[in-house]
Amino acid sequence: MSSRPPPEPPFLVAIGGSAGAVEVLLTLLPALPASFPGALVVVIHLRPQVRSLLPSIFAGHIALSVREADDKDPIEAGTVTFAGPDYHLLVEPGGSFSLCTTEPVHFSRPSIDVLFESAAHTYGRRLLGILLSGANEDGAAGLAAIARAGGRTWVQAPETAGARRMPESALACMSPDRVLSPSAMAEALRSLSELE
Amino acid sequence: MTEPPSDFDIELRLLLEAIYLKYCYDFRSYSVASLRRRVEQALEKFGCRTLSQLQDRVLHEPSVMPALLQYLTVPVSEMFRDPEYFLGLRREVIPRLLTYPSIRVWVAGCSTGEEVYSIAILLQEEGLLSRTTIYATDINPEALRAAEAGVYPIDRVAGFSESYRKSGGRGSLSDYYTAGYGAVVFDRALRARAAFSDHSLATDGVFAEVQLVSCRNVLIYFDRDLQDRAVGLFRDALVRRGFLGLGNRESLRFSKHADAFTELLPEVRIYQRCS
Repeated sequence: MSSRPPPEPPFLVAIGGSAGAVEVLLTLLPALPASFPGALVVVIHLRPQVRSLLPSIFAGHIALSVREADDKDPIEAGTVTFAGPDYHLLVEPGGSFSLCTTEPVHFSRPSIDVLFESAAHTYGRRLLGILLSGANEDGAAGLAAIARAGGRTWVQAPETAGARRMPESALACMSPDRVLSPSAMAEALRSLSELE
Repeated sequence: MTEPPSDFDIELRLLLEAIYLKYCYDFRSYSVASLRRRVEQALEKFGCRTLSQLQDRVLHEPSVMPALLQYLTVPVSEMFRDPEYFLGLRREVIPRLLTYPSIRVWVAGCSTGEEVYSIAILLQEEGLLSRTTIYATDINPEALRAAEAGVYPIDRVAGFSESYRKSGGRGSLSDYYTAGYGAVVFDRALRARAAFSDHSLATDGVFAEVQLVSCRNVLIYFDRDLQDRAVGLFRDALVRRGFLGLGNRESLRFSKHADAFTELLPEVRIYQRCS
């Protein structure tokens, strides 16, 4: 039942979004090959006490493996890890995820800021943070933390977002490396072989 | 591969070491990502610029440690959180406990007691409470006092009630509390069978033999080594064929004690001790 954790991937892609973000994921995630060298982790705002449909939407339909995060799951290349409802998802040193039940941030648990800030701390320059469509301000502070730690930051172009407030909040407080439409973002992500 | 530790992380390690040496609270093996956030909040609350400043105050001002403890521990819980877990206990575990003349349950890391009252209500409805002892343990004395009092803000009760219904509750949650002044207080009868005490999964040992350990959303705050220590205590406390219930995102998959348990209800993380 117990297993040795696999070697850590060379980089991590942390994606956050809320209203209107799932349709962007439908463009981004199918674009990636099974050989994608990085690990991906996704926080989409979810209602508590409602089972998340995200893993079942993507599992088996994309080349990458898909799971909903359990505490201390290892961070693995070629895997998309979705945050489940009612827990914050964080990145631990030593290559694993962790969960916590502390208060919601920006009325949300899971919160994008919580994921982004912890990932920035652990992955530093080996991190790409992507903020998508959404109707509140979660993620802006986290994206700024990623930039401060030397990571890369991409924001969905607000005019392409179903809900503009989330990407606009980020643009109001920082200058991301790139502002991209979903299709351009998919292309850029697919050609990402290393971060440094 | 790994970045050199930041000043904050260096100071955090020193702070946790100081707390352990001076107060015997051992947070050194806690999951660091969440701990960082809680310590940042504490910095703000105490008006300290750095963790080194906070460490100075922890060592030299007697009032600081009890207040800091409220940040280091996580006093967040709900009654009947994840109703399907309690439904699983009701349907699959309780019937297997009926054969014992006396029953002992350990709620480890009980925080402010919501899980204790949930389990007490469940046992009461299934006719077992009168022959059960519930050991409710935590390291946070303030949380333990709240747990013993059984008083909760009334605005939380609607959520509790809904979860109670979904957990297979046989009546109405209001059968078990008295409301007044913006709060509800749970019946004394529910806690008459509960013993609230200070116990650390990080530093203390086994204190009783029990048929059920319920420890939900506590292990997530521990790193893998400390998780192993805690699960080892649960294994040693449990009778053969005893039950262990975890939070619904916790598992024994990475535990060095995994082989001591079988999955009884994997979807709600209820395990049974097999060796």
